[in-house]
Amino acid sequence: MKFHGKPGPRPRTRTAALWTAGVAAVALVIAGCSSSSSSGSSSGSGSSTAPITVGISVSLSGDFSGDGLATKQGYETWAAYQNAHGGILGRQVKLTFLSDGSSPTQVITNYQKLITVNHVDFVMGPYSTLLTKPASAIANRYNYVMIEGIGGGPSVFSQGLHNVFDVSASASFQLITFAKWLVATQQPETIAYAAMTDPFLQPMLDGARSYLTAHGFKSVVYKLYPLETTDFTPIASAIAASKAPVVVLGTMPPDGYAFVQDLIQDKFSPKVLVEASGPDQGSAFIKAVGASNTGGIMVPNTWYPGSTYYQNTAMVQLYLKKFGGTADNISADVAEAFSSGQVLAQAISHLKSTSNSALESYLHSGVTFQSVQGPVKFLADGENGAATPFVFQWQNGTLQDVLPTGVGTTKPVVAVKPAWGAKG
Amino acid sequence: MLVLQAIIDGVLVGGFYALMAGGLTLVFGVMDIVNFAQGILVVLGAYLSYALYAHLNIDPFLGLLITIPVMFVIGIAVYWSMIKPIKRDRVIMSLLTMFAVGTVVEGILDYIFTSNLVAIHTSYRDSSVQVGSLVFPNIYLYAFAMSVVLLGGVYYLLYRTRFGRSLRASMQNPTAARLVGINTDWVSAFTLGIGVGLAAAGGMVFGLTNSFDAASSYDLISRLLAIVIFGGFGSLSGALIASIVMLVIQDVVAVVWSATWGQTTFYLVLVLVLLLRPQGLLGRKAVRAQ
Repeated sequence: MKFHGKPGPRPRTRTAALWTAGVAAVALVIAGCSSSSSSGSSSGSGSSTAPITVGISVSLSGDFSGDGLATKQGYETWAAYQNAHGGILGRQVKLTFLSDGSSPTQVITNYQKLITVNHVDFVMGPYSTLLTKPASAIANRYNYVMIEGIGGGPSVFSQGLHNVFDVSASASFQLITFAKWLVATQQPETIAYAAMTDPFLQPMLDGARSYLTAHGFKSVVYKLYPLETTDFTPIASAIAASKAPVVVLGTMPPDGYAFVQDLIQDKFSPKVLVEASGPDQGSAFIKAVGASNTGGIMVPNTWYPGSTYYQNTAMVQLYLKKFGGTADNISADVAEAFSSGQVLAQAISHLKSTSNSALESYLHSGVTFQSVQGPVKFLADGENGAATPFVFQWQNGTLQDVLPTGVGTTKPVVAVKPAWGAKG
Repeated sequence: MLVLQAIIDGVLVGGFYALMAGGLTLVFGVMDIVNFAQGILVVLGAYLSYALYAHLNIDPFLGLLITIPVMFVIGIAVYWSMIKPIKRDRVIMSLLTMFAVGTVVEGILDYIFTSNLVAIHTSYRDSSVQVGSLVFPNIYLYAFAMSVVLLGGVYYLLYRTRFGRSLRASMQNPTAARLVGINTDWVSAFTLGIGVGLAAAGGMVFGLTNSFDAASSYDLISRLLAIVIFGGFGSLSGALIASIVMLVIQDVVAVVWSATWGQTTFYLVLVLVLLLRPQGLLGRKAVRAQ
């Protein structure tokens, strides 16, 4: 499970913060002065054979350096794929990367530079909600579209911008595939919800809750808990006391493990149990909760290497050729960045233009794009309303992809979770 | 009934938090050191129990016969090698020293065990006793009983033995204790050993009830410090009462209102108590009067 809403970098010292702010302010002034001629929609690089330039700020150092590198590799894989297939409108794609050190201040400077100094044709998103929010605001100032795949926290979409488009499943859509399956296959039941008060996990839970409530499922427990919680027994007791047949938990791995343990101690085995994160941790999950207790537990995920969505197999092969490793170790960041490029390429190919204003209008037109993460259709706020995240389920000691059906090697869903200790 | 269950949970979980906080408060009482390494030492205890169980199949409770002595020796070694040599500004410097010890231990644990979460999954960890609609998880019952035994043992050591008299004398007036022939260095070393030994026991239960990695120590130390401040620095019984009060408040608020407000409510109570009794429930004045 890859969370877009990662926490920000550690607080810096006051002096460092002042220096950073000072440097950023100077950079803003310089950029502002030099931008007068480039404000407004980019209309391309002039020559029809010149490369199409795409600028991206990536986190190659700091807190997000691991994910930042994977994000960069994802964009590079997309560009390599696109260029190997004739580029876009017959023009090669050229990527320009600037490193932001995982800093929300630096990411502003970077996009200013990419737009006003490098004069790139397009920009795409950085890593995390924390960085995407200021980055998209800067892009909006210069009438640039920002297609991104790794900034799905609600704060990105609540800015009221019309230029930001998230190709991945945003937080509120992470459990939508599960929710739709529940509505389609079960009679309305009572549901117990609990989640960490996290900018990604809570909207994830709320998204599922609002959908399910609208379809007749009654919420009987709704508990939120802070990050530092280590004792989950009272929440688990409340869930057990409710006897809700469906339990939906917005968890990180430690609490995901703890809830399973506490529900077992409470001798309460719900019919359906889905956790946002924890069951996706493979052998670590088995060790934590015991192999015989894993059966039937579900977990969502935005992407996996075996998916048969659009160009996924080609992306995986190309990535492995470029960067080595094994398919299982490819980060979801790679797919999320690759998806951004796919949507950009499809839109430009259709428009036959590199105008950002035309691109923005087209992305808002309700057209459906295809990506390695599945279909993409943008809502008014830029979220992907067609997002279809995967759902995995533990079956006989193996984590199987079960939803959506027909994508990859899906197995039938075990609709009723086996009792604790029954494996299954 | 849910509130009653929350109170039971709070009391049982509070018992083993007292075990973890007991070492912290004891060390402060004797040495005037806030042992910032206590959180990571608890996690070290959890990892030792995990390693014995995972690799040698030694039950974690039985494994305490190994881990407590090992941790006791670590505590003594830390005192002789790092605390005793400090000649000036001992309180501040030792505080920084323990912070450094914690950082080093965390680095070593991260290197050996990586940052992947682990948990000690014994057969009895998932079982519980049900009385009517009330549930008593076996692991918490065992842990509570063990806490009572160990804290009772430490209490006996403090108030019924010659070493305890020396230790309390060192707490009350180190200079006078030295003048009457008490070797305060050995008393301090043994106290740190006991404090770290208690961390081994607390860590074992922590590992049985939580998945953990080295970074788990940060949440722990903040909670343990809150408990010790609430109970009063230096007071073992204060730590026990504060642990139970903290967990009961948090658990009851979590079921009747929201877990988000559980900790906030506890800290509000903590502030109120400190306004009325700056030394905590059974702080130093009360302890020294015993």
